[in-house]
Amino acid sequence: MADPATMPLIEVDNLGVRLNTSRGPAQAVRDVSFALKRGETLGLVGESGCGKSVTALSLMGLLPDSAIVTGSVRLDGRQLARLPDADYCKLRGNRISMIFQEPMTALNPMHTIGHQVAEPLRRHKKYSAAQARREAIALLDRVGLPDPARRVDAYPHQFSGGQRQRVTIAMALACEPDLLIADEPTTALDVTIQGQILDLIADLVEERGMSMILISHDLGVIAENVQRMMVMYGGTVVESGPTDEVFRRMGHPYTQGLFRARPKLGARKGTRLKTISGTVPELADLPMGCTFADRCPLVIDECRTALPPMVDVGPGHVVRCIRTDVSMAANVGALPA
Amino acid sequence: MSVFVLRRVLTLLATLVGASVIIFLVLDALPGNAAQMLMGADASADAVRALTVKLGLDQPLAVRYLQWIKGLLVGDLGNSYVYGTPVASLIAERLVLTIPLAIMSMLITVVLALSAGIYTAANHNKLGDVGVMSLTQIGIALPNFWFAILLVLLFAVRLQWLSAGGFAGWDDGIWPGIKSLLLPSISLAVVQAAILARVTRSAVLEVLREDFVRTARAKGLGRREVLWSHVLRNAMIPVMTVMGLQFANLLAGTIVIENVFYLPGLGRLIFQSIANRDLIVVRNCVMLLAAMVVIVNFVVDVLYAFIDPRIKVHDL
Repeated sequence: MADPATMPLIEVDNLGVRLNTSRGPAQAVRDVSFALKRGETLGLVGESGCGKSVTALSLMGLLPDSAIVTGSVRLDGRQLARLPDADYCKLRGNRISMIFQEPMTALNPMHTIGHQVAEPLRRHKKYSAAQARREAIALLDRVGLPDPARRVDAYPHQFSGGQRQRVTIAMALACEPDLLIADEPTTALDVTIQGQILDLIADLVEERGMSMILISHDLGVIAENVQRMMVMYGGTVVESGPTDEVFRRMGHPYTQGLFRARPKLGARKGTRLKTISGTVPELADLPMGCTFADRCPLVIDECRTALPPMVDVGPGHVVRCIRTDVSMAANVGALPA
Repeated sequence: MSVFVLRRVLTLLATLVGASVIIFLVLDALPGNAAQMLMGADASADAVRALTVKLGLDQPLAVRYLQWIKGLLVGDLGNSYVYGTPVASLIAERLVLTIPLAIMSMLITVVLALSAGIYTAANHNKLGDVGVMSLTQIGIALPNFWFAILLVLLFAVRLQWLSAGGFAGWDDGIWPGIKSLLLPSISLAVVQAAILARVTRSAVLEVLREDFVRTARAKGLGRREVLWSHVLRNAMIPVMTVMGLQFANLLAGTIVIENVFYLPGLGRLIFQSIANRDLIVVRNCVMLLAAMVVIVNFVVDVLYAFIDPRIKVHDL
């Protein structure tokens, strides 16, 4: 048995997810591996449909019944992949929690927020109704909901989007989970609220020593909030490494494309936003080779023959590309090398 | 709250006034004359005219309408042209059968439909779902009078548990009355339950796709708990809407079943009165049905507000 201090909290090895879609079976996630120690934060970045949410849901055991999960997901050494639902229920909301993208629909309109925040406490910690209510008020206070003692009996529709996201955060934190998965927690919110919510999440992660997986399509959000990052494309991880390191030397043409495509402050009026040409491949119909080949400016024939292996390009920094010699010569990055 | 009730009662009354005008005008425009019907085709014109005057049918439209409304307000619905007895007691006799029948078949409908609908939604696309849904398909396709005859053959003729028809009344206690209404209410309930089960199933399935269901699962609730504590209440709005319509339908639309079981219900009274041009009975019965539908809808609206905190009572 390894020392618990150094043993990873969560260890994902060669995770694959096959989904039944309306267009037939699709390999939504392929060969995703990572490990996360207690207190570590990891960002998952990529476009919609790249497999980042499916990865998150497979950690939660919340994929549709028809999904086929291969590989391994271990929490403190315990295998979670293909765990029976009844056992998974004891972990969800207790040791692993999730915050979802849409605060407007993530709460049940028929129940008070107090009831919804208290639910995991009553379930996992067997709190009495009164105890759970007191704790729910304390949690709502911690996440910055004004006047929680009074508003605990209000319904979701009586709150703004930002306030509702605070409520879902309180809900996710109720049982002090070891791992928090935040799936685009600020995407649906006003820009002014986004920063506040991210700061709140960062404070809570630090305060409680949780590990966090933050999912976003926004490189800026990733850059500021996580220690390590993984870039996903077409169901695979195309680049992974310490956030600073990746931002200093982006290795994959896709990461570079994402970075160039971000809107810039102070850009001259009339400057066109850069885009990555082409569209995301259908997961039901992925190419044999590199999933990015059809959109890549550096593509050569060899790229299309087989999925490229991960190439080490720096300390803990790997890139799934056979042309890093060319791509990294361009030296794309936010930070000086 | 009281302002809401007042406003709601006012709209309810306005609806009823509108309904009464339409009912009165439509029935007045109907061809055929009650006096002529009563006297027979070969009655003399003078005699028919005399009866017309006696029945007050020669008065102007507006006068007759106001007389009717005045009567309604004091509970005097006039006398039947055909039987000469007060319309109010004719209707009351029928209501002691029709209302219990409607309530019984609605109860059977709700129990069958909710259990089938929830079961099939929880087992979506599994064998049980397909099986029960095929049954509901058959239930919808069955003519209820034919099913009623099958029930009579089985329970009245073969097993002799229940009588084949007639209504025992409530004088000998509740049980004989309920017993005589059992087969009719089952016959009525089967089709309604099949429809309501499908509505329930799709409502539950729709709610199961909502984000908050995933949130509840992410908190560690099992599928069953999510269904009971998060899904059902959200799914009840469309289900209750259909239930209200079905109940209204059970009050008036049961004439075929009443005939199969030889029951003196409201449906048969209306049918006979139309055939006899006993328009004063028809008019009052239709008015009563309109009032019942409006009231049922009102009750359903109030229930919405109880179920869904987003609907405030004063928004109705």
